[in-house]
Amino acid sequence: MSDLTALPVTELQAALASGETSAVEVTRAHLDRIATEDGDLGAYLHVTADAALQRAGEIDAAGTAGTGLAGIPVALKDVFVTEGVPTTSGSRILEGWRPPYSATVASRLHDAGTVLLGKTNMDEFAMGSSTENSAYRVTRNPWDRDRIPGGSSGGSSAAVAGRLAPFALGTDTGGSIRQPAAVTGLVGHKPTYGSVSRYGLIAFSSSLDQAGPMARTVMDAALLHEAIGGHDPRDSTSIDTRVLAVVEAARRGAGGDLSGLRVGVVRELGGEGAGEGYDTGVLERFAEAVALLEAAGADVREVSCPAFDLALPAYYLIAPSEASSNLARFEGMRFGIRVGDDGSRDIDEVMALTREQGFGPEVKRRIILGTYALSAGYYDAYYGQAQKVRTLISRDFSAAFDGVDVLVSPTSPTVAWPIGARVDDPLAMYAADLCTLPASLAGVPAISVPCGLSEGLPVGLQVMAPALADDRCYRVAAAVEAALGAPLTDRLLERAA
Amino acid sequence: MSTEPTPDRGAPALGRQDIAHLARLARLAVTDEELDRFAGQLGAVLDAVAQVQRADAGDVVPTTHAVPLTNVLRTDVVTPSLPRDVVLAGAPAADEDRFRVPRILGEEE
Repeated sequence: MSDLTALPVTELQAALASGETSAVEVTRAHLDRIATEDGDLGAYLHVTADAALQRAGEIDAAGTAGTGLAGIPVALKDVFVTEGVPTTSGSRILEGWRPPYSATVASRLHDAGTVLLGKTNMDEFAMGSSTENSAYRVTRNPWDRDRIPGGSSGGSSAAVAGRLAPFALGTDTGGSIRQPAAVTGLVGHKPTYGSVSRYGLIAFSSSLDQAGPMARTVMDAALLHEAIGGHDPRDSTSIDTRVLAVVEAARRGAGGDLSGLRVGVVRELGGEGAGEGYDTGVLERFAEAVALLEAAGADVREVSCPAFDLALPAYYLIAPSEASSNLARFEGMRFGIRVGDDGSRDIDEVMALTREQGFGPEVKRRIILGTYALSAGYYDAYYGQAQKVRTLISRDFSAAFDGVDVLVSPTSPTVAWPIGARVDDPLAMYAADLCTLPASLAGVPAISVPCGLSEGLPVGLQVMAPALADDRCYRVAAAVEAALGAPLTDRLLERAA
Repeated sequence: MSTEPTPDRGAPALGRQDIAHLARLARLAVTDEELDRFAGQLGAVLDAVAQVQRADAGDVVPTTHAVPLTNVLRTDVVTPSLPRDVVLAGAPAADEDRFRVPRILGEEE
């Protein structure tokens, strides 16, 4: 049997179903690799080794391994609460907390027979694009260990690209699945807002947060997506609809025929009207990817979405405003750490000290900015105006989707940057989200699929579709993947060999 | 925060005192060093986000939520709550089956 950590999920399923390997062997192979690699890579915050081997043993004993996702290991971003398993959201303020319940998506994966390997590192409360805002450790990009793995789901991206997990869940508020996927050579999909449950997902910006899959192939991402999707009565923003048929879409797309598909290149995002800040290599790979779509039969045209130029300022008002409200629950009274409760201080002082020591700088900056944007006298000029811009962005999407089936852009304007390069410059960090923010604000689905290398580092193509048309993202991504040959991450194996 | 924001002149500067006031509103103790650092960084961020005022959006309806959902109701069925001991086990301090919290009223109240 070849190295089990090198196989895509689809091949692991076949090997498990045929009895060629067992869930315990697959799990052990990944735990062994975590043991040797993760000290340096820093993908995980907590590894559930014993529980994973026990769970894998149960699956083998039940004889279900290889049926659906039974017996396949998975990693979860530490933003998902998991009963009895430490969950921190990358923050010191939740150090040592073991949640009393599990997120719906974690329960669904457990019920599907997957084996939880552990919880992955992230920017604190999912605020960041490099995972450097984690309170716990630095995560390195498997392509170049001196570079960032993207963020905020950078632990998940490093784990999957580095073969420390076959696939993983991330969350995306402004690009936190798509950007880390792009800079590590993975497929990452942000589902339509409301189509995957947010119950048990530690909230950052509730009108934007969405969980989704990160994997080395489009089909693996689709398999994970279908396992977590669908209505959840425990999430009142959950859309009451069928599970989206993305596996079938990935299968169809892999045939490589996009005849009749109308594709719009967004002028404002990497098209003719793109502003500064894009790597030349990224724009070159993007142009080549668009040419691939055309060669596959797609009808490509340019589309203008002028309001997208204001997505970044609108997002950095809306998200911090919602965060300043959501993060009020971390006050050291009911869970997490408490600081300064020595009998001499009242509750307000203890809360303020707990939050001072429990939160890192980026979280504090966003709470302060959000508090400002929501203040009397400033509300209309900032938060209110940002919500109107959000409407304008949605209108641009609607108008564009009248004429095309999907919109495309680069996922990230640059390749992965060196660790430390942007930590003290919040605006430079925010610029990484330039292309991913519009889909977040409009709640529409968007996927990132690898489309080549620039300076030896991965570049991602973003495909956006109308709400609940996630299948189109998978179809186009699968066609791109098929046209380019083997998954991009296979080149990491060649390098290591 | 004495000056009103205007579309033409951009955002008012955020000084140390403004940051300290906002931090107090958010129950966030901040160090002197943080006040200095945040004042500069948040000033630059505020200048950038004030760009939303460039949009011609006078009569545009604001979007609070990407999916139009209203009055999501569930059947009123009693389901078990989380076990009390399990919840209290995660609390920083508990006493007599309750969360124990610091003094809420000041000496004079």
